[in-house]
Amino acid sequence: MSNRIGVYVCHCGTNIAGKVDCADVAEFAAGLRDVAVSRDYQFMCSDPGQDMIINDIREYGLNRVVVASCSPRLHEKTFQKACQRAGLNPYLMQHCCIREHCSWVTADKEEATAKAKHIVEAAVYRVGDHQELFSREVDVLPDVMVVGAGIAGIQAALDVARSGHKVHLVEKSPSIGGHMAQFDKTFPTLDCAACISTPKMVAVSQEPNINLMTWSEVVDVSGFVGNYTVTVRRKARYVNEDVCTGCGTCLEKCPTKVFSEFEEGLSRRRAIYRNSPQAVPNTPVIDADHCKMLTKGKCGVCQKLCPTGAIDFEARDRVEVFHVGSVVLATGYDTMDPTPMTEYGFGRFDNVYTALQFERLNNAVGPTGGQIVLKNGESPESVGIIHCVGSRDVNYHEYCSRTCCMYALKYDHLIKDKVGHHVKVYNFYIDMRCFGKGYEEFYRRVQDEGVTFIRGRPAEVVQENGKLVVVGEDTLLGMRVRVPVDMVVLCTAMEPRPDAQDVARVFGVAQGQDGFFLEEHPKLGPVSTATDGVFLAGTCQGPKDIPDAVSHASGGAAQALALAARGHVDISPTTSWINPDVCIGCKVCIGLCAYSAIEFDERRNVSVINEAMCKGCGSCAGYCPSGAAQIKHFDESQVFNEIDGLLGFRPEGPAEAVEIPIEVRADEPA
Amino acid sequence: MKTEFEPTILAFVCNWCTYTAADLAGTSRMVQQPNVRLVRMMCTGMVDPKYVVKALLSGADGVLISGCHPGDCHYINGNYKARRRVKLLNEILPQFGIELGRVKLTWVGASEGNEFAATVNNFINEIRELGPMQARAMAAV
Ligand SMILES: Cc1cc2nc3c(=O)[nH]c(=O)nc-3n(C[C@H](O)[C@H](O)[C@H](O)COP(=O)(O)OP(=O)(O)OC[C@H]3O[C@@H](n4cnc5c(N)ncnc54)[C@H](O)[C@@H]3O)c2cc1C
Repeated sequence: MSNRIGVYVCHCGTNIAGKVDCADVAEFAAGLRDVAVSRDYQFMCSDPGQDMIINDIREYGLNRVVVASCSPRLHEKTFQKACQRAGLNPYLMQHCCIREHCSWVTADKEEATAKAKHIVEAAVYRVGDHQELFSREVDVLPDVMVVGAGIAGIQAALDVARSGHKVHLVEKSPSIGGHMAQFDKTFPTLDCAACISTPKMVAVSQEPNINLMTWSEVVDVSGFVGNYTVTVRRKARYVNEDVCTGCGTCLEKCPTKVFSEFEEGLSRRRAIYRNSPQAVPNTPVIDADHCKMLTKGKCGVCQKLCPTGAIDFEARDRVEVFHVGSVVLATGYDTMDPTPMTEYGFGRFDNVYTALQFERLNNAVGPTGGQIVLKNGESPESVGIIHCVGSRDVNYHEYCSRTCCMYALKYDHLIKDKVGHHVKVYNFYIDMRCFGKGYEEFYRRVQDEGVTFIRGRPAEVVQENGKLVVVGEDTLLGMRVRVPVDMVVLCTAMEPRPDAQDVARVFGVAQGQDGFFLEEHPKLGPVSTATDGVFLAGTCQGPKDIPDAVSHASGGAAQALALAARGHVDISPTTSWINPDVCIGCKVCIGLCAYSAIEFDERRNVSVINEAMCKGCGSCAGYCPSGAAQIKHFDESQVFNEIDGLLGFRPEGPAEAVEIPIEVRADEPA
Repeated sequence: MKTEFEPTILAFVCNWCTYTAADLAGTSRMVQQPNVRLVRMMCTGMVDPKYVVKALLSGADGVLISGCHPGDCHYINGNYKARRRVKLLNEILPQFGIELGRVKLTWVGASEGNEFAATVNNFINEIRELGPMQARAMAAV
């Protein structure tokens, strides 16, 4: 049967039609070889748009379809499904992009229209050589892995576990809770952070469907959607979790003291430690870099004191392997270290704190027992809170960290509440962004409490006669200001964790410009990634507050569950194939395959692809000296046709006669 | 004379990084000269040297190959394979009378929309400088 191609040129409202003369492009396409019908329509992705394709396939007996609209990354699947509904194999459709790569980036209308024609021509030539392909169905393993147990990972793990699926929850630090475990109160409701997070943390530890692994890291991931094999390194804790009762005797007598990460350097912890008395699990861990027994072979006080004999200096790292259907990444964020911004005096002056340090000053089990005090133990009479430290700043992070305005307001309130209403609190802000539910109301409330707001990013913090002075400009008054204060809090930017790049590599996800993990689509795919079966939860995707992180996490859990519940997944058939009649048995492809998906058939003397392992990268095809290796849907003839079309190269002479001219425009229904 | 010449550029870009960057450049409305036309590949590792030669002989004045940054390949190391191949290709092309600058390999990551637009515009300018491809005229005879 000869090809009968339908071409559909989308206006995308004015997104395309504003630059590209869509009717002209459709008319041009009608003149191309094998094109049976060609139309332009305002919104191809809409219901009527898709119906148009379906009707034409049936009415005109189309066996090939070209849709020229937005990027295939957005709607290729939409149109593939439309074709499928009409009984056409989805791989007989070619989606080409005349929006992102043409109308939106071309200044001149005529040039944009000409470019669109080339793009459509290429698609028409290419689709002519498309083959029917059939996706394979593979089983999805029922277990899910969640990486990172901050509030996002906790939420995702609980959601999945409560559906009856098993969750392997991997947490790098000794206990779970992430940053939220460091806070005392949370905006905008001011509920106690521990009161809402510890029940969840305990639920995680008690949930039979959750295999919680703290002090652990994922070191390797292999496989594909539905069938991931994940290798987890369980670092030696030197404390036997099964025997330890969490009594805490060991924590008191250890002679080694180092600065505590959890307390943001505000106090010291021992070499055997846990983050807080509420830590989950509450088994301590021994810091191998500082423990005298592990470094110098002498001490062992904790071992002598432990009533249950849980201390085991012989412990070694263990490696465990898990088979899961999908992965939810919830590795969270860090806050920026403001030391390089020397103008704000962090590390140089006493009483300049980061926001996370300030959280610890507020925490009832923190270094000051929840007292907001200066280094000398006295209460501050005035506090300056500097917003956007490293955020919305081209020299550090261009983006807004989304939480700082709100937690600054939280501090305003807490200072007034805890230290006294007479304390003067100054906010130095660029813009106030209080966009969430109840947030604007909270802003109002804090304003009513008598807090001062000064608009303008301060230039510096100096120390004069033992007092800090914030120097800046009030841009609303147009005046320079010098505000003496006792304490300065720096609202430092939320940024990706320093190891985000390694994590991205292990899981095969990409990082955005700012270093956070890249979602599949900023609007329509904020939870999935370009790697099927790997989902994102919480702030590893970008700054979020707790409500947003938790909703995002439930989204990630839902997607992982959708896969697990369905039990099977369609695997793209666009793998490689080696034509045994052409293969010369040189074996070059075997060494090139990064997935060991090619084997040599000794009997026939040819190389053979194992489709289950092939990912369709095409390394074999690109190198095959005889042309025997080809990637389905990207084979040589298809690519050659596309090149011809793009270059307007018509080796076979002028186009054939059109079977059905475009007598009907879809927007004026027949 | 030279200003009259408008080069045609074909760009083989990988689906995961550079094609995504091209989408982003579009969404961010980063204007590019219209002379470039994209061929979406799954990986730069599948860009057969034949495709490059074919493009040059069929009317392209320059060929851009662009994929993920080294170490970031969606398929582990396809971009390294492309790098090796382009190096070999560049050794052969001059023998056909094709100047070296006509084939260019770059890395543009998924989030680098501005980098994509700049790469395209710069490459078009470079090829505009080089002028039309003489070798093709000879090959056509
Ligand atoms: C100073 C400050 C105050 C804030 N106050 C509030 C507030 O009052 N209200 C509010 O709604 N929001 C607040 N936020 C925002 C809040 O902190 C975040 O929304 C929330 O903590 C995000 O949770 P998460 O799980 O995404 O990330 P995280 O809390 O960062 O948790 C990530 C977890 O993953 C683990 N991890 C990291 N890498 C790995 C790895 N490779 N393998 C295994 N595990 C890993 C980490 O150890 C951690 O436990 C505040 C933020 C800051 C900076």
